[in-house]
Order: sequence, then C-alpha cells, then structure tokens
Amino acid sequence: MTLYTSRQIGLNGRHGGMIAPVIAVGGCDLHGPQSALSPAGVGAEQISSLFWWMAGGAVLIWAVVIGIALYATLARPRKKHDVQGARWLIIGGGIVFPTVVLTILLSYGLMLIPKLRSTGNVDLHVAVSGEMWWWRVRYTSPAGEPVELANEIRLPVGKRVSLSLTSPDVIHSFWVPSLSGKVDMIPGRENTLILEPTKPGTYRGVCAEYCGASHAFMAFRVVVMEPQDFEAWLTHQAQPAVSSGSPSARQGEQAFLVNGCGACHTIRGTAADGRVGPDLTHVGSRLSLGAGMLPNDAQTFARWIGHTQQIKPEVRMPSFGMLPEEQLTALATYLSGLK
Amino acid sequence: MTEPDANRDDPETPAARWHSLWLLTLGPAFWTMHFLASYITAAIWCAKFAGRAGSLETVRWLIGGYTAVALVGICLVSWFGYRQHKLGQATLPHDADTAGDRHRFLGFSTLLLCGLSFVATVYIALTVVFIGTCE
Repeated sequence: MTLYTSRQIGLNGRHGGMIAPVIAVGGCDLHGPQSALSPAGVGAEQISSLFWWMAGGAVLIWAVVIGIALYATLARPRKKHDVQGARWLIIGGGIVFPTVVLTILLSYGLMLIPKLRSTGNVDLHVAVSGEMWWWRVRYTSPAGEPVELANEIRLPVGKRVSLSLTSPDVIHSFWVPSLSGKVDMIPGRENTLILEPTKPGTYRGVCAEYCGASHAFMAFRVVVMEPQDFEAWLTHQAQPAVSSGSPSARQGEQAFLVNGCGACHTIRGTAADGRVGPDLTHVGSRLSLGAGMLPNDAQTFARWIGHTQQIKPEVRMPSFGMLPEEQLTALATYLSGLK
Repeated sequence: MTEPDANRDDPETPAARWHSLWLLTLGPAFWTMHFLASYITAAIWCAKFAGRAGSLETVRWLIGGYTAVALVGICLVSWFGYRQHKLGQATLPHDADTAGDRHRFLGFSTLLLCGLSFVATVYIALTVVFIGTCE
C-alpha cells in the first residue's frame, strides 16, 4: 500500500563499498529517496561526513584495542615485556588512544552544530505544522499572500530555506534524511530547521517521533526544483482551484459541498473553507495521497474517500463508504482533476 | 602480578572509619554537579536573558569556572584514591579478603572513576567552547 517499501529506504554514499555486504544481507537499496547517506542537502552532507568519520574512528579504536588484546593472548615475543611496559601498552592503547580519538570526533561534531543551526542568509520561509497524521504547509506567494498546502514541500535548489516547525496536538518530528537532520515539532513551541538542498529530485520525509496509531503513515514528499520552476509552481499554487469542467467533475464538486466535506477542507475558489483537514485546492497536482501513503489517481482517490479508516486507522476523517459508488467516482474525478 | 605475601593484612591496616564508600562517589558527583550546573545555567540564561539567538559569552565564563572547580575537585579526590591504592606494599589487583585490600581496592576504583569523571567533565565543557549562541 505504501509508495516506498523498506527496500527503497536504503543507504547510499561514496563509501558504500564498506557496508555493501551488510546491505546485501539486509536487502537495502543503495539509492533510496530516504537515505541519510545519500545526501542532497548541505545539512545531510555534513551529517553524512560526520557519520563516516565516526565510523572510521570506531573502527580504528576497535582495531587498536582488539589488536593489543590479540597480541597479549596470541603473540609469543622472544623477549617478554616487563610489567611496567605491558601496563603502558594497556593504558596507551586502551585509555589514552580511544580518549584522544573520541575527543577529536566530539570536537568535530560540536564544530558542525553552529553551521547546521545558523539561521542567517535565509532565502525563503516555510511554516510546517505536524498534525495527526499529516503535514500542513504554508508558503507566502510572490504576491505576499499566504498559500496553504499539505503533505508536500517544494524547494528551490541552492537556496537556504528556513522551516518553522510547530504542532497543535502531540510531539512530531520532521525528518528528511536526504536533506538534513531531524527536528522535533513540539506543541506550544516553534522550532527552526534550515534546509539547503543541493540536488534537484524527489525525496521522502517522515515523522520521526511516535505520535499515535497512524504514525507510520505520516510521510511526505520533498521536491527540489530549479528556482524558476519553483517560482512558477508557487504562483500556480496560489491560484484558486480550476475544475476540469467535465460532467463527472461538476457532479463531484456538488457532492463535495452537499456532503459537508467543506466543513473540514478548503478548496479556494469554492464555498469550501474548512480548516480541520488538508487544503485541497490543488490536491490533484500532488505526488501522493493520505500523507505519502498512496499514489494520486482517481481510482485510489475513490478508495481513500470510501475506506479512509481502514487505510489510515484513527484518522479524523471518517470513511464515506456509505456514499453511492457514482458519487464516490465523481468526487474522485473532481478532486484528482484539481491540478 | 601480586607480590609474595602481599595479600596478607598489612601492619598499617586502615582504621574502620576509612572503610566508607563515600570517596568512591565523589568523582562522579563532581561530574554530575558540573553537568547540572552547566545545563541549568545555560537554560536559564537562554530562556530568561539572552533569547533564542543570544550569545553564550557570559555563560562560557561561568561554565569555565564550574569546570575549573570540578576538575580541581576530581584531582583532589583522585589523590586521596591514589593514596588509598598505594597503602602498604601490596600491588594490584587488590582482590584478597582482607581489610587492607578492600581499602586499596576502593582507592583504586576511586582513581579510575575520577579518570572517567575528568574526561566526561572536559567533554561537557567542550560544548560551550564550540557553541557560542543559544540557537
């Protein structure tokens, strides 16, 4: 049911050869869209680099300590060490050397934090609210108007973006491993995360803090685009909804309003102005449905509307399986046509 | 490594009041107090005075002071531990069932815990060396 399987959520990186046997056993893909070791952003590059240095340091310490242990138990030197010499070998290899290596690694890790946390020279601000179990995303259009979207974030490549992260219900955690580290979204508090994507592409983000029954179904896509494409996309998203105008779509629009969907959802340009659930003004243009769960097409849309609770347990939207099949199809046609 | 007769009780067997375990806890206690004092000072400074992007300059000096006090304290406790460890003629591993070896064992354990506490305290202090703001 999910768009990405565990096979796609893999590891990657120029050091992949070191861990290839482990990956082969685990069945992971080296080119997953959710890989912290396949960085596509400045933050993820620094974190990936830190990971490899720490892995190298750990291997070095392990090799020295185990090497001395093997020397002590297996080697048969012609001239035995005196007690004092053996003691210094133990203290040097078992205490001094690991402490020095760990101190260097700790200092390197601490040096990275100010760079990762700096909020200076930001090109774009985006507000993201983690809600059970979806993501409310607010941009400001080129005309200065707020534009609310859901479950998908688009970013211009090479620009520094400041995300203000909040939550109205429980603690969530915003994490796009390919772009940066994770930051918690805490009710009553606004945290900031800086993203600076370096490679265009589509990446997967998740909620990294258990937040209830459908926590595992709280994902999203991040699309990194060329700056001019991003500007065009945002200008389009700021526009009101435009229905395809087909008879089925017109019937779907009526069904949307008559069945009270507008009490929870907004579709700009119509009477629907609810704020409980995701804004659906351009829902047909998104890459997925149900917060990263399902492909976005009319058939899946009908299944989502009719079986919401079965697909995403305990979500606030009720299942509308009681609607006639014709209405469900019309609703799906209308909504998937809102590009 | 034990010398002949090293494990029998020494003539300088320590007094009963020296059998206390408290010395063992003092090194980690300095480490704990240093961590709490540093964390609480930085938290109050950032929340009440400097703001989220404020400078930690003042806090750096305070934490530097805490660190100096903690490290001197840990060194003093180490010295007491070392003296306990070195009591009499016995050498490591201090594993005989005698009052003297128990005393030396506690001293040696104190010395090792102080080493760990010293490194941990320095690691905590490193945080404010590299991080200069509340961000």
